[in-house]
This record gives sequence, C-alpha cells and structure tokens, in this order.
Amino acid sequence: MKLDLKKHLMEMISAPGPSGYEAPIREIIQTAWEPYADETRVNNLGSLVAIQRGEGAEPRPSVMIAAHMDAIGLMVTGIDNGFLRFTQVGGVDPRILPGQMVTVHATNAGATRALPAMVVMPPAFLLPKDGKTGILPQKYLLVDTGLEPDEVRKLVRVGDVISFATEPVELSSECISGHTLDNRASVAAVTVALEMLSKRKHLWDVMAVATAQEEVGGIGAMVDAVAIKPDFAIVIDVTFAKAPGGAGIGNFELGKVTPLTWGSCNHPALHQAMVDIAEEFEINVAKELAPKGSWTDAWDIQVAEAGVPVAELAIPLRYIHTPVEVVSLKDVRRAGRLMAEFIAGLPLDFMKTVIWE
Amino acid sequence: MAKLEDTTKFNPRLGKKELALLSRLCDAVSVSGDEQEVRAIVLEELRDYADVTKVDAMGNVLVRREGKSADRVRVMVAAHMDEVGFMIVNDESDGVFEFCVIGGIDPRQLAGKPVWIGREHVPGVIGAKAIHLTTPEERTQILKEDQLRIDIGPGGAGKVKVGDRGTFATKLAVLGPSIRSKALDDRLGVYNLIQLVKNAPENVDLLAAFTVQEELGLRGAKIAAFAFDPEVGIAMDSTPANDLPNYDGFENTSHNTKLGGGPAIYLMDGATLGDRRLIQWLVDTAEAEKIPWQFRQPGMGGTDAGSIHKTRAGVPSVSVSVPQRYLHSPAGLIRIDDELNTLKLIHSALTRLDRSILNLQENN
Repeated sequence: MKLDLKKHLMEMISAPGPSGYEAPIREIIQTAWEPYADETRVNNLGSLVAIQRGEGAEPRPSVMIAAHMDAIGLMVTGIDNGFLRFTQVGGVDPRILPGQMVTVHATNAGATRALPAMVVMPPAFLLPKDGKTGILPQKYLLVDTGLEPDEVRKLVRVGDVISFATEPVELSSECISGHTLDNRASVAAVTVALEMLSKRKHLWDVMAVATAQEEVGGIGAMVDAVAIKPDFAIVIDVTFAKAPGGAGIGNFELGKVTPLTWGSCNHPALHQAMVDIAEEFEINVAKELAPKGSWTDAWDIQVAEAGVPVAELAIPLRYIHTPVEVVSLKDVRRAGRLMAEFIAGLPLDFMKTVIWE
Repeated sequence: MAKLEDTTKFNPRLGKKELALLSRLCDAVSVSGDEQEVRAIVLEELRDYADVTKVDAMGNVLVRREGKSADRVRVMVAAHMDEVGFMIVNDESDGVFEFCVIGGIDPRQLAGKPVWIGREHVPGVIGAKAIHLTTPEERTQILKEDQLRIDIGPGGAGKVKVGDRGTFATKLAVLGPSIRSKALDDRLGVYNLIQLVKNAPENVDLLAAFTVQEELGLRGAKIAAFAFDPEVGIAMDSTPANDLPNYDGFENTSHNTKLGGGPAIYLMDGATLGDRRLIQWLVDTAEAEKIPWQFRQPGMGGTDAGSIHKTRAGVPSVSVSVPQRYLHSPAGLIRIDDELNTLKLIHSALTRLDRSILNLQENN
C-alpha cells in the first residue's frame, strides 16, 4: 500500500490527542500502520504497538522504534458564567494562548462532544493588578465556546480536555504548519520506515510504538519498554530548527538534515552505527548535542528494567509547542528512510557490537 | 433591476445562502487601504439592485437606491469594508518577512497564529520561540512586532511582496447560537447593508456607503458623506461586548454591551453625540416591533457616524452596532440573533422614517 505522506501527516495534525486523551489520534495511526504490520495492539497506558516480524530464526532480536503521539493541551479547571478556566497539560507558553482556536472535549452529557471554542483575554478592567498590563498570566485567560451559560453547565465539566484546533496548512517547499507536529512528524517518519521495511527483507522484529503521555514525563515509553523488552530502541522526536526573528535559536535548517542526538541518553555504539549507515546511503546527518539528556522518551526507555541501549534521531521543527509549528516533509521522509535502512541492515548478532569501550 | 415582493415585510434570516455570503465577506482579506476583495463582493452582489453605483476616489462603494414615495428622506447608511491586519514591510529572504500592524491589534494576539497574505491568501504563520528555550523572565515579556516574523516556508520568497497586506487566517464558524470569525467588525455591517439595498424600503432614498479606512480614522465615510449629501446618517458597525466575568466575582457593570442583548444603539462615543431624535426613533421602532435592543454604554470609540455628522452643514446621525466579543483579535464572537435583530431594527426604522421624526423641511 502506497503511503501518501502529506495526507497522512495532515490527517494526524487535524486530530486531537493531548496526553492521556490519545484515543482519537491512536485510531488514525492504527489505521495507517495496520497495512504494514503483522499485529497491532494497545498497551496498558494507551500506547499503540505495531509489530512487523523479521525473517530471522526464533528467538529473534527486536528493535523498538518510539515516537510519542500525545500532544500538549489544556484542561478545564472551572466554569465561570459560561466561560471556562483552564490549566495546561504539558508545557505551553501562555503568550501564545490568547486568540487560539481550540476544541473542548465535553463529557458532562454522556458521549464526548467536541465543542469548537477559543482562548480569550478578558479586558483589563475585569482583572486584578497583575493582569492589567503586560502578559496575562494563564490563570486569567478564559475559553469561550459561544454557548449560553446554561448549555455550558450542561455539557462541560471540570477535567474535560481542550485541544488546539488550528487547521493544518501547506507552506512553501513541502513545508507543513499546524499544531502537534511535535511529535506527529516523527510518527509519520515511523510510518515511512514501516512502509519501506514492509517491502524489504529484514531479520529483526520491528516494534513500532506510538507512545502515550510523553509530554507529561515519558510515561507511555517507560512502561512500553518494559512490556516490549527490546534489545535496543530508536527514539525519534522533534528538535529546534533555525527560525526567524526572536524565534531563531535552533541549530538545523528546515529540509536539509537529520540530526542524530549525542548526549547522555544515547549509546555511543548505536550512534556510530547510525552515522555509518547514513554515510553508506548518503543520508545527510548532523550531530545534535544533548549534554544533559534530550527531554524525550529516550530518557525513560534507557532506564527500563535492566536498561535499554538507545539511539536517537530528530526532525527539525520551528516554533515547537505553538499551534503553528513548521516542518519540512523532506526531513520526515529522510528520517524514515534512515531508520528503515538501519533496521534492514541489522545482522542477527548486531548486539555484540553494541558495547562500551 | 431585481424586484422584491413586499419590502415592508422583511424578516431577515441566516439560511445557507445568507451564511455563505457572510462567510465570503468575513474570510476576505480586506485591510484598510486595500479593500478590493470586499469591494468586489459588494459590487457583484448589488449589480442588479442599485440605481446608481460608483466607486469613488478612495475606493468607497456608493450605491444609490431610490424609493417611490413623494417625500423621501435621503438617508445614508454606512458600513466599513476594511479590517485591521498587517502589511509586509521587509523581505528577509527565504520566505521570512517583517510586518507591521495596521489598526488596533493588541500585540499579545500575534504570536503563534496562522495568517493569510495578499489577494491570493498565501498561507503563513507568526511563530514564537519554543517554550523549552525561554526563561521564566522572558515569558513575562510581550512578544512585539519587531521580534516576530511572518514565515511562509523556505523557498516561498516570490509568493509574497513587500507592501502586501495580510490578516489572521481564521475561517468563519458557527458555534451553536454564535458565530466565530475574524473581521465581523465590520463585515456584519457590510452584509447588513447589502441586505438593506436588496430589500430597500420605498419611502426613503437609500444612500448606501460601503466605506474604506474606517479603522484608520473614519476616513472613507468623510468623502462618502460629502458626495451623498444626506439628510440623515446611520453607521452600522460592531461594538465590544465586554460581558466577561469580573475576576473577583463582583458584578461587571462596565460591559459596554452584552451578547444576546440585541442591537446596540449609541448615545455617545468618542467621535459622535448621537442625535436624540434618531435615538428615540430607533428605540420606538424596537419597542413597536418587539425587537430586543440595548443602549451601548456611553464611552469612547467611534464609528463612521463620527465623520458623517460633521459633513457639510451637519447631518443628524446615529450608530447601531452588533455587540461583539474580542474585536480586533484572530476571531470575534457574536450571537446570530443580535445580528438578525440589528438588520431588522434598521430596516423597520427606515420604513417608519419620515420628516416628522426630525422636523425636517422638505428640500428635494
């Protein structure tokens, strides 16, 4: 089955899926991965696992590919005259919140109802001193559903999840913008890898995991690694791309390179093996420095059970954790190809080479 | 000329066709100084309804629809076609542009929003630094225009030019009893004025002014009013509904208007003292027709009436607005009932308009 990468990614970033509320996005990924998998299953905390069996003799070694599917979002903490007060799920800069289009997933009247809404900034005269000038602390922001207060009371309750609802758009040069490209861009790269591997002979079992609850602390990955018990893991997440104006602090140009993470979370032998494969297949990679760890699932997978060696790669992304993140499809495709080539070339005794000096 | 059955029995509704027109108007990019996109829609919609249509020196669309009665009052109704937005001011190459804001947009509304640039609606985004890279101190500072850029993607340089205008890229949506959209200020007025021309009462000469540059200081209305030389002026606009809860739980008594309270009739704003006779005429009409209505709390701000009433030897003028939350942001919010009642109120009032209301001498 031919993968339409742009359509796949646009579909994923049109779906909600804040941490702990991954069902809608999980179903989309499951549908996308099933054609390339021998088996799919959902783990205890909501992660999706797709197994693509290798051709080596049993017991076969297995590699876990982890890309988190959850996203940052908001959660209702109170209802005030028909307006919603909220808190964050994952890290959101309150400066980007006023004027954001969102969806309230309302559960107070039976089945979940998706209410289109927006984050709004009350006028200064309604706020205490610390809200009158400058940036409005998040506690003063409200969500307006456009519904009458009685209707809001009927439909919404404290704890309901609020997701970003920015529509995805296609920018120039195969770039896509939208919310939740962190980390659906990486999920799409895993899809690319699964599609390629489904047409290739490979000895190892591939356990592709769309992990849950990364944005609240690698929760999905830490239990998935225990459930799967891989010989090693590849973690893919987004990293800071060069961006214009005051946003421009990242290291990598969009559409040019696949960063390979180098820091405390990555087994140096695995890192080197990926560099070697990249050279062999003329895939442009660069070293991404993560001296204190990379704030990804790698942190938790590495310390699962008696420890799991991890290799980590990244997709450059502009404006991470805003609803207008920008990614290049070239980077998604290249990362997918690198993972596929790496896995397709794994000999059964590969782990003998993953050693410390 | 298209004919309507009975213009005294006008009962506005927002069906599929009407909503499609309102969506087209609101989703258009029509920033002060470049109102072409809305002007084109107005001209197209009114082609078969106007007696005289003129596009004047600044780009106002002036539509005259003459009545039939003997002693017709010449009434100018104005709605502005422009909206707040951006202009591209510097091409930093590789799809990145500096921009400046046109009209009163709070800089706190800018970061992290999708935008449309130019008549082709080229999509772009105003990004912000990843939270991971910010300090707590930084997160208390407003991200201003000079730190922000419009990004249309690497390699997109040729699609956007310095001087192009842009707006937030928010599409109109119906939220239960409400509409959420950008540019409701003042596309609702434009929409209502189109409907008034199409359903013009026969007892007045309706002088419909679709104005430009209201957001820059009521500028288009000034020359439109001079050209029309009306006896009565009405501005149809949108006014803030600051009817949100007070943080300390005390009653909010400075709401300006309330959503769902009906058309907002102006007494006084920063630009106009509403004509007492016209205010009473609107109130009497609303009461007689059982149309919900509210006074806009006297205060600041201004509408095209601010220009109209000072025209030539003076024109008795009044403003009526649809109450709206969150003006000049990526999306405002209105109640559909307020919008329909505003159109109904103005139409009903026009059908009742005669010289006795103003004690005007016949002069045509």
